Amino acid sequence: MDINEIRKQFPVLDQQVYGKPLVYLDNAATTQKPLCVIERERDYYLHENCNIHRGVHYLSQMATEAYENARKTVARFINAPESHEIVFTRGTTESLNLLATSLGYLLSPKKVLVTAMEHHSNLVPWQQMVQRHGGELLVVPMDDNGVLDLQAYEELLKRGPQIVAMAHVSNTLATINPVKEMIKLAHHYGALAVVDGAQSMAHLPIDVQDLDCDFFVFSGHKMYAPMGIGGLYGKTEWLEKMPPYQFGGEMVDTVSFEKTTFNKLPFKFEAGTPNVGAALGLETAIKFIENFDRQEVAQHEDTLVAATMEGLSKIEGMRFIGQAPERSGLVSFIIDGIHPYDLGTIIDKMGVAVRTGHHCAEPVMTRFGIPGTVRASFAVYNSLEEVNILVHAVNRAANMLR
Amino acid sequence: MTIKEIQDSIVEDFSMFDDWMDRYAMLIEMGKECPIIDDQYRNDQYLINGCQSRVWLHAELKDGKVYFTADSDAVITKGIINLLIKVFSGQTPEDILAADLSFLDEIGLKEHLSPTRSNGLLSMLKQMMLYAEAFKSIQ
Repeated sequence: MDINEIRKQFPVLDQQVYGKPLVYLDNAATTQKPLCVIERERDYYLHENCNIHRGVHYLSQMATEAYENARKTVARFINAPESHEIVFTRGTTESLNLLATSLGYLLSPKKVLVTAMEHHSNLVPWQQMVQRHGGELLVVPMDDNGVLDLQAYEELLKRGPQIVAMAHVSNTLATINPVKEMIKLAHHYGALAVVDGAQSMAHLPIDVQDLDCDFFVFSGHKMYAPMGIGGLYGKTEWLEKMPPYQFGGEMVDTVSFEKTTFNKLPFKFEAGTPNVGAALGLETAIKFIENFDRQEVAQHEDTLVAATMEGLSKIEGMRFIGQAPERSGLVSFIIDGIHPYDLGTIIDKMGVAVRTGHHCAEPVMTRFGIPGTVRASFAVYNSLEEVNILVHAVNRAANMLR
Repeated sequence: MTIKEIQDSIVEDFSMFDDWMDRYAMLIEMGKECPIIDDQYRNDQYLINGCQSRVWLHAELKDGKVYFTADSDAVITKGIINLLIKVFSGQTPEDILAADLSFLDEIGLKEHLSPTRSNGLLSMLKQMMLYAEAFKSIQ
């Protein structure tokens, strides 16, 4: 894998900030987009733009076909049995809101189980929904390394939650959760299993049939695709039973003032004009990912993570937040006596882009008793040289701030 | 000193440094010298809440002049609030409200002026102005 060649496909990386070369290590927030993705979306608007599923005319038919092919590509990428089991959404957040709202109507759940490491997007929709039904949110605890307590998980399942929602990979701790095992247990106790794949799609191979999850959600923009597109995979039997979540054009079958019947899957869940251009960009992003040996990419990213931890561990007072044995893609840390915001502000001036703060996972920060962390997260185009710049910058900033 | 004179001297101090690192080093120093808020006020009522770091700000009126104390868990933020305290503490509410703030541009902290920046200068500034406004109305 030639990182320099890969970087050429990401023009945004080739720039200076404050007179220093940009070191972009905020990929868990959003990845940069390769030229092929940018060009695919541009091409759509240059040559193909049309509203889909409606027109009898040529362009509309072509755009519809392209959009539906993109859906097939997503289905293939995560090994969904049927492409109608893929609903296009704006991203993970919308997918989870769709699920919480629609499953809320369907099941009126009294108990929903989430884990202690969820992003707010996989926490607040469930919390609000279950509170509306007068129920309670149950939480699977984790240990100091950021590993879920599976014994506690099983005990909580015995309390009868109807839904279990879990992160595949934690956005703050990098923990890869044993979701396959957790899904199996959830089913054993009669709960539906929802997997938040926002942080796993770009890094791990996903096979929803092997996982046997009932739902899997993801964002395009964290996997080299444009913003504003993502997806929800759901098993047909559940998607069929679930009522629509938004209403409007496209999602209906027949409408009168007295009654509306709804379109078939997946259109029932896609009210209004979708982001067709971004969906085509997502398809291209998937092909971009598939062009690599994914094992090799994962090894490369693991090498970057290991080098980062090794380099940073020499800094006095360094504390890594999240030290699970199974990890992916990022390093979260804090230095004793130094606020993450201060550190982030200083290293930003050295051209290093990281995320600081609670990463939309406030309960995780509360659990570790910290105001936030500094998070460096990696993508295929990051290099060991960039890791060295990061380590050097953190060292320098720590000396300034102490 | 008048607000204008204090601002000029701060601009002069900052202009001695070309390098951003020196400017930040100075902010960090200022953070360490911040007149610290009394513990009784270090609570949510006095919190200027932001996403990234917390800032507590208190003000009192003595002999017609406003005196500020503050604290933050982040030292750069504390430096920024102390910079503002240096400018406004010991001034009358009227003078504070009438102050020209263009000096902020001159000291190279422009990136802190973005209204969307969490815990930016602007929200601190706004809170100080609200104090001045309140004191002006009760005088």
